[in-house]
Amino acid sequence: MTVEINKAGPEDTPPTPPEAIKAIPVRHYGRYVSALIALGILAAIVVAFAKGDINWGVIPDYFFDSRILRGVRETLILTLAAMAIGIAGGIVLSIMRMSKNPVTSSIAWFYIWFFRGTPVLVQLLVWFNLGFVFDTINLGPIYKDEWSDFMTPFLTALLGFGLNEAAYMAEICRAGLMSVDEGQTEASHALGMSHRKTLRRVVIPQAMRMIVPPTGNEVINMLKTTSLVYVVQYYELLKESSDIGTSSGATVEMMFLAAFWYLVLTTVFSIGQYYLERYYARGSSRSLPPTPLQRLRANLFSFSTRSPEAKR
Amino acid sequence: MTPMVKAEGVHKSFGHVEVLKGIDLEVAPREVFCLIGPSGSGKSTFLRCINHLEKINAGRLYVDGELVGYRQKGDKLYELKDSEVALKRRDIGMVFQRFNLFPHMTALENVMEAPVQVKGETKAVARERGERLLDRVGLADKAGNYPSQLSGGQQQRVAIARALAMEPKLMLFDEPTSALDPELVGDVLDVMRSLAEDGMTMVVVTHEMGFAREVGDSLVFMDEGVVVESGHPRDVLTDPQHERTKSFLSKVL
Repeated sequence: MTVEINKAGPEDTPPTPPEAIKAIPVRHYGRYVSALIALGILAAIVVAFAKGDINWGVIPDYFFDSRILRGVRETLILTLAAMAIGIAGGIVLSIMRMSKNPVTSSIAWFYIWFFRGTPVLVQLLVWFNLGFVFDTINLGPIYKDEWSDFMTPFLTALLGFGLNEAAYMAEICRAGLMSVDEGQTEASHALGMSHRKTLRRVVIPQAMRMIVPPTGNEVINMLKTTSLVYVVQYYELLKESSDIGTSSGATVEMMFLAAFWYLVLTTVFSIGQYYLERYYARGSSRSLPPTPLQRLRANLFSFSTRSPEAKR
Repeated sequence: MTPMVKAEGVHKSFGHVEVLKGIDLEVAPREVFCLIGPSGSGKSTFLRCINHLEKINAGRLYVDGELVGYRQKGDKLYELKDSEVALKRRDIGMVFQRFNLFPHMTALENVMEAPVQVKGETKAVARERGERLLDRVGLADKAGNYPSQLSGGQQQRVAIARALAMEPKLMLFDEPTSALDPELVGDVLDVMRSLAEDGMTMVVVTHEMGFAREVGDSLVFMDEGVVVESGHPRDVLTDPQHERTKSFLSKVL
């Protein structure tokens, strides 16, 4: 913090600092009780599952199985590629939607209306079966092929998820762009910056603060939604797991295994999101928010005596 | 000598509300031109018309002899493209009531932004000038601070430095001290005074009558979208001719 302080302080202030308050902090007994109850319930659930007819031993055996790892890789690639299309498309669509040009804003409106209005599963199946509409794909001298050869399961999944996601990301980006104060645009224009530069240098960096949290949500959603691609014969984490389950007889166990992997991946993404938020928060508050480690430590302290604010 | 700003019958409406009802005035180069008046009198709107943040509905507005926002060929007016408007705005600095600094950039980055992005200056050149300008407004030691770490008065001085970085020939001030704590107003006015001494042409919308009297070369009192009275600040402020001016000044002085 940099508040201007008068250089010439009163001469008669005593040199010794005032005695700090020593008080007994408020005891939060409710926290201990609720923690005990929660732990008890958790223990009961763990015991129930441990006693169930589930062969837990096979999960570690298959956890790093090459097919599972391949599934994880495919899930990750599909998630990241589809989100890349979604974010790029979303930014373009949101700018089109907010444009003064009635043609571009109508196109964006129609796109969002269509892709948000139909289930993503239906969209996947439509992409997969577009061969009924187009026999061949002909891009002149560049590329020419049968539709069914061109539209591989991966491309189907990528287009299906990516284009669907773009519609949702467009609305998230639009909310972010609208959250930036109009004075920012005016100040930028008054400096002679073009509309495009104003967006890129001034508006979008500030909009990111509003855009990143819901986008993190979308990434995690996408990670799990990719499990729908079994309908177009694409092999990812869930499909590989259930195949192993069918052939080895450990069906339920393999579902748990897949669930563990999804949890691992979403956790990794959440951590990434946290640091991204920290990056875009620069300048917005006087001090950066604490890192998870710092927060964990602060929470541990607050559990016994004081609130985390006291630690900052 | 061409006037820096020349308004001829400028009209502006927002929907059905007519905010400017025919403004005629001239600002000479190197002049400090003060606009005063009650809120809603249209003085800020007029200021924003000068750099085309608002489009005028009727009349003509010239900056340095060139029409604002339009090109005239014969008796036909052609609207300028956004890029052409942007080109003209380079020469007109503007300082806002609420500073409008870019919050994701440090003070120095704020000042460097336009020269680098608009004029294509190298970062080294822009940094050198940026540091000099921050030093000029008394904030050399705050170059690395983000706006949220600065007081209102400091932010406004950075905003002035940011506008100066484009080396404008005209500076517009839209109530630059209205959002400041009283004790911070002086620092900002000092910077503006030194700009005036250096011969910058300035159009200042203000409620600081003391500043207008000391620094201003001309003063216009506006009310309800028209110029009620104009003249040298000392004359208008000490010996107003119109009833409306008298009653306004009796409330603010």
